Amino acid sequence: MKPFAYDRPASPADAVAALAGGSAQARYLGGGTNLVDLMKLGVETPDLLVDVSRLSRDTIAPTPDGGLLIGAGVSNTELAADPAVRRRYPVLARAILSGASGQLRNQATIAGNLLQRTRCSYFQDVSKPCNKRRPGSGCPARAGHHRELAILGHSTACVATHPSDMAVAMTALDARVRLLGPRGERTIPLSELYRLPGDQPDRETRLEPGELITAVELPPLPAAASSEYRKVRDRASFAFALVSVAAVLEIADGRVRESRIALGGVAPVPWRASRAERALRGAPANEQSFARAAAAELDLARPLPDNAFKVTLAGNLLVQTLLELSLA
Amino acid sequence: MRGLRRLPLPLLRPPAHVELSLRINDEDHALLVDTRLTLLDLLRETLGLTGAKKGCDHGQCGACTILVNGHRINSCLALAVAHDGDVLVTVEGLADHGELDPLQSAFVDRDALQCGYCTPGQLCSAAGMLATEADRPSFVTGDLSGPPGPLDDDEIRERMSGNICRCGAYVNIVRAIADVAG
Repeated sequence: MKPFAYDRPASPADAVAALAGGSAQARYLGGGTNLVDLMKLGVETPDLLVDVSRLSRDTIAPTPDGGLLIGAGVSNTELAADPAVRRRYPVLARAILSGASGQLRNQATIAGNLLQRTRCSYFQDVSKPCNKRRPGSGCPARAGHHRELAILGHSTACVATHPSDMAVAMTALDARVRLLGPRGERTIPLSELYRLPGDQPDRETRLEPGELITAVELPPLPAAASSEYRKVRDRASFAFALVSVAAVLEIADGRVRESRIALGGVAPVPWRASRAERALRGAPANEQSFARAAAAELDLARPLPDNAFKVTLAGNLLVQTLLELSLA
Repeated sequence: MRGLRRLPLPLLRPPAHVELSLRINDEDHALLVDTRLTLLDLLRETLGLTGAKKGCDHGQCGACTILVNGHRINSCLALAVAHDGDVLVTVEGLADHGELDPLQSAFVDRDALQCGYCTPGQLCSAAGMLATEADRPSFVTGDLSGPPGPLDDDEIRERMSGNICRCGAYVNIVRAIADVAG
């Protein structure tokens, strides 16, 4: 690991100022479960770590509009265990509990979870080319190992997937992220935080240089009380998703009144399944409608030779999840 | 010396050191540490507490699990500088004046190990899980809105999935933890 300076500012504003005083290599440190690992691997070589892990670590509070405000430094464990989250947004609690291990969830923060990097094996191996890590160096994944990688939203330059479970549930819930940067505060939809790789896979988010996530807001969504997160992986626990589904389903008189669906493990960003949602609107709440919705979304899929199974898997998992919710 | 080009100085950053105080197994430590040091390396290499093990060193095996402020974490991914003022318990601190912790006794009674390399991590992980997480749901809990109820084997397996045992002593590890979970 390369030597680095360490600073632990007392407030988010001080943290933003401290990072702005560093080089382009300076990084915010949350729980460190991903960043410290990437530093050991040589993927990240910060010359300054600005420790924000003790800032806004206790905030889970109602918002004036009836939603929920979550401090960026809250641990994954605490958010999943929060009674309001478990009752009102079960999809989020289950998604968090499906990720990583008990130890990692205790350590990892909410903002760190959102900003964790892909686990594509080429990205994590500095001896290999990777357009995300070294722009223009190439992508060996297309012709190499890509079984776990993207079927949606990828580009010639990059087929990596976003690894988070939590972000998939938050995307389905239309979460918003509060940001503080050298140019002030702003709040953006989580879906706008992430960007598709295109020909610049090194640019993963729309964060301005030095911007810090200070909180996540969940809207008041009564329909989210009927929601679920399902995940398929290579082993029963402590593994990243091959495919996951976050779904909110509201049914009235046998028809779908509202649905919110996001897919994980299949794209460079948490994938909002807008086509599936449109196909479901007003449709009878039955298996045929769910299958049509899944097909509408996965029609967009462009799998690689070794991950074509994900198209079938995602379709089946989506139908099963919606069926489960419709029968609950 | 004409014709010889002056070589640029290598762009080496000097190591940075930070003062740190930690309470480890009921003992206070004032330390000056390289910012790069993880809690695991601090415990093992600086303080001679070799109970926590370095398995993968990437947060994937759980052999390095310790308790920080009562919560289990992977010490291999924790930078020591970020833990100033924290209270640590390692496997060396589980026993009380030579009296084994109930989990340690249960691991002996149930023969819950083979080579023993993962055992310190399994013990600290189970201790943290039972002390701070047993009343909260896990991924396999059916209804997330209430408490999970008594921990059955499926719950214990899910909650202990961050600790890998390459000998495959899982069956007896689950029994040992179930003995203590009651």
